[in-house]
Amino acid sequence: MTSAWAMAWLILTPLVAAALAFAFPRLGRSLALGTAGVIGLAVAHLMRLVFANGVQTHLVSGWGAPLGIELRADGLSVLMLIVTALIGVAIALYSQRYFVSEHDDEALHRERYFWPLFLFLWTALDALYLSADIFNLYVTLEMLGFAAVTLLALAGTRAALTAALRYLFVSLSASLFYLLGVGLVYGQCGTVDLPSLAAQARSGPALWVALALMTGGLIAKAALFPLHGWLPPAHANAPAPVSALLSALVVKGPFYILLRLWFEAFPALMTPAVAQVFGALGAAAILWGSVNALFQPRLKLLIAYSTVAQLGYLFLLFPLAASREGGFMAWSGGLMLLGAHACAKTAMFLTAGNILHAAGHDRIKDLDGITHVLPVSVFAFGLAGMSLIGLPPSSGFAGKWLLLNAALAQGQWWWVAVMILGSLLAAAYIVRMLAHAFTRVNEPKTPNPIPPVMEGTALALALLAVVLGFASPWAAELLRVGAPVVGPIVMGGSVP
Amino acid sequence: MNLHSPILLGILLSSFVTGLVIFFLKEESHRLRTWLNLLGAGVKLVLVAVLLSGVYRGEPYTFAIEFLPGIPFALGADANSVLFVTLSSVLWFCTTLYAVGYLEHTPHRSRFFGFFSFCVTATTGIALSANLVTFLTFYELLTVTTYPLIVHRGTREALRGGKIYLTYTLIGGAVLLLAVVWLHALAGPVVFKERGVIQALAGTRRGELQVIFLLFMIGLGVKAALVPLHGWLPKAMVAPAPVSALLHAVAVVKAGAFGIVRIVYDVYGAQTAAALGVLHPLAVAAGVTIVYGSVRALFQDELKKRLAYSTVSQVSYIVLGTAILGPVSTIGGLVHLVHQGIMKITLFFCAGNYAETLGTHRVSEMNGVGRRMPLTTAAFTVAALGMIGVPPLAGYVSKWYLQKGAIQAGEEWVALVLGASSLLNAAYFLPILYRAWFNPPPEHWPAEHRFGTWETNWMLLLPPLVTAVLVIWAGVFAESSFSPLVWVKLVAAREYAP
Amino acid sequence: MVIVSTPSTGDPHTMPDAGYRIYALAGVALFAIGFYSLLVQAHLLRRIMALNVMGSGVFLVYIALGAQTPGPIPDPVPHAMVLTGIVVSVCATGLALALVDRVQAAAGDAEPGEDA
Repeated sequence: MTSAWAMAWLILTPLVAAALAFAFPRLGRSLALGTAGVIGLAVAHLMRLVFANGVQTHLVSGWGAPLGIELRADGLSVLMLIVTALIGVAIALYSQRYFVSEHDDEALHRERYFWPLFLFLWTALDALYLSADIFNLYVTLEMLGFAAVTLLALAGTRAALTAALRYLFVSLSASLFYLLGVGLVYGQCGTVDLPSLAAQARSGPALWVALALMTGGLIAKAALFPLHGWLPPAHANAPAPVSALLSALVVKGPFYILLRLWFEAFPALMTPAVAQVFGALGAAAILWGSVNALFQPRLKLLIAYSTVAQLGYLFLLFPLAASREGGFMAWSGGLMLLGAHACAKTAMFLTAGNILHAAGHDRIKDLDGITHVLPVSVFAFGLAGMSLIGLPPSSGFAGKWLLLNAALAQGQWWWVAVMILGSLLAAAYIVRMLAHAFTRVNEPKTPNPIPPVMEGTALALALLAVVLGFASPWAAELLRVGAPVVGPIVMGGSVP
Repeated sequence: MNLHSPILLGILLSSFVTGLVIFFLKEESHRLRTWLNLLGAGVKLVLVAVLLSGVYRGEPYTFAIEFLPGIPFALGADANSVLFVTLSSVLWFCTTLYAVGYLEHTPHRSRFFGFFSFCVTATTGIALSANLVTFLTFYELLTVTTYPLIVHRGTREALRGGKIYLTYTLIGGAVLLLAVVWLHALAGPVVFKERGVIQALAGTRRGELQVIFLLFMIGLGVKAALVPLHGWLPKAMVAPAPVSALLHAVAVVKAGAFGIVRIVYDVYGAQTAAALGVLHPLAVAAGVTIVYGSVRALFQDELKKRLAYSTVSQVSYIVLGTAILGPVSTIGGLVHLVHQGIMKITLFFCAGNYAETLGTHRVSEMNGVGRRMPLTTAAFTVAALGMIGVPPLAGYVSKWYLQKGAIQAGEEWVALVLGASSLLNAAYFLPILYRAWFNPPPEHWPAEHRFGTWETNWMLLLPPLVTAVLVIWAGVFAESSFSPLVWVKLVAAREYAP
Repeated sequence: MVIVSTPSTGDPHTMPDAGYRIYALAGVALFAIGFYSLLVQAHLLRRIMALNVMGSGVFLVYIALGAQTPGPIPDPVPHAMVLTGIVVSVCATGLALALVDRVQAAAGDAEPGEDA
């Protein structure tokens, strides 16, 4: 199977499955599992091809630029596809039993729309990571937004609907900013194709304006401080698997596009000042999100604010990866953090879903009894917390290690302080939740039973998050393929 | 990896697998759990014995897999490792037996023994780490696995104690991480090697290396209870006695002290560290801790708190020995790592016995316990006299070497510190002994439990007796070929050899 | 398939007809007005309309840019993009209206409620 087929399967399978799941709701669960299997195989195959032969491209139907759609897979795309597939499989498994175990007449009604929307979301993500031009990215961004908003609105509660509407408004207006920017780019450069833009290597005030517009929109979609306000209510009020999808996957799409724009298409526009601004916003997100997480009464809100904070780490990649010497270290570190966060955050939201089902609420103060009854879920939460805090040997640690090394190699020690402070704050809010696991409880409350697959997927993802630190050399090697930044991956005594 | 690496993995896995299996055991399967525990501990002891003989003969033991880019996850066994791992394994065995007896009829034992085994795995990993990143990994894992043990009882005080513990240790861990990353930025991947690996940088990067050393000492000093980073230790006394025994004799404080030993000898190298001028401040910090801990201990009525401050003081003997240049003080410090371990664990075992059998938690309640529990009190006496430094017990040997080494290195003030400490030790231990043996017992003990023919549960009685015998043996047979001292002399020889 | 004439490289000095600039500016103005209204208006239906105005502004800019080419045939690429954009915009409006309907049913008025 060539890479073209692999890429095609990656996009078409979930799309067709979504349509089928809409038409035949009874098949929803099986279609999701089948899709997960096919996508898993396709991603593995694509990964092998990229490792062996470098960047893979395919022109859909043979139409070339500027009208045709090009699919492109380099190391970064493949890594994002792998993360998406991993989380997708976990959610597909978890949701097999999630809606059934909800004590709600509407639950099965919700489930019939969940599967097609979930598969549609997967389509949008795969298409996003395989797109090679910025207009196609707009289309996939919109698909992603629609799927996400609707999935959020599935919860049906007033809070969820309000949050969904707000998210929709933010998403639509942000997309329009992005689209305007794309138009200006086309006007200046005559193309929207990423590699061609990279080859042109332009600069100039018109491009500045275009990039500013696009970045503004993407930052809002990626919930970077200070445009993060829509995220906590949205992620906290969604059904648990949707919260996981939103935090782990949906907000990463716009971030990926930002990387492509600033590092690949217009690297000349990334001045040190701009990079530091990104970093500063990221640092603010880390501190603001973590501190807020400490004071949330509800578990899901705590986890949502934690997402705001962890997204800030990703933006630290900008000032650190821009340098020629330590760039690749920061690049791979930031992206490993992205993957680590996806696994850990999904595990956390799934755990929260389990707790919500068993206890009927997620008020942290009142969770004493429940944690004796769901030891597996709480253990999963603890393991996921380890990765979030950045304790070795987790993948969170590997990502932070590389970022710290990059910061020290370039003499930007202030990011070191921010990262370490962020880790300590993360520890504070994780322990706040875990302390309840050990409180003595006199009369054990009888909880609602939780299907084992729900606890199992949470635990599996948490274990992955903790153990994947060992996969970091492999991930770095993957990211080398077609990477827009250079530099060594190991420190060898090169502090200036 | 070589032919011997399975042994290294086996030593780690013996406790890890035990812990994993125990987590899944039902709460009611007492016998199975006890057997599993003892089996795991026994297997570990056997493997460690094999390792011991191998390292003595100079055989290499290594294991490495890729972890971070360019930095492997690496295990190894040099003389230092073997010292610590033997101590951990022997004392783990005793503590397991003790814990089984102590926690009888309490809830959540599967959870307890699961984390207990994980904690020992982390400690063993610290001992067997061959490079700095692997050490950091196990060091942080130790923090994570000991927290559930401290908060095991689930009371409000336990949770508060646990929170304080985590605050101290996680901040210490963050500082340690900073030191490790910074050193890697300067020197590339750092492995542990006798006499250090950074000599080349000492000329050009003097200031930075000094700051990094300070960060290391802060990061490690939290666990090693160096003043003023010791605050968590007395608060962690809310844990059940087996946990206190483990934490104070084997796992946490020794891990911190061992870390300091590693940094000074195997990362910086004793000579390089002295040349950088960082050893003297460390020695002063250790001296201050020794005196401060002893003074605080004097004013504690709660027995466990008194022992906690005594630990704060005594662990700094190890740091002091490390901080003074010269093979003799090195010997003194390192051998005290073993000696303090066995003495302190005996004391904590006995404290636990008093609490469990008689309900006495305070020194003021201990009048006449010697009559009621003679064997326990005999063990307590041996260990206490050892702590004071009475010959021919273990503590005397360590103090003798420390004194000699200090005078050889020209640091006479250390002799004063050690002398003061011995006096203070006597001041807070001798009254307890007097009370126990010579005061009449009260009418009723606070909460007495009878255990049949013996003075207490045999599982609570045997471990302190065994460790007390070890205290005697380590002292009396110190110069023979089967003592910790012999091994420590080997370590020192390899570190200081020309 | 019509052969696409490559558009100009963007150098303003070779623009044959600068009239497109009025349309481009108008598009930007619409975009700004729409965005402002989105931020300021509280009524949900008006916010949806504001989004539509923003969208129309963007499309106008695209079409104006398509007129940059020398000669009578405009660049069809931006037109294709605008068509795609219109489709997306229609879907978005539909989704937004459905959601507003649900929110109103849950809350009872068209003012957005407090954050949960």
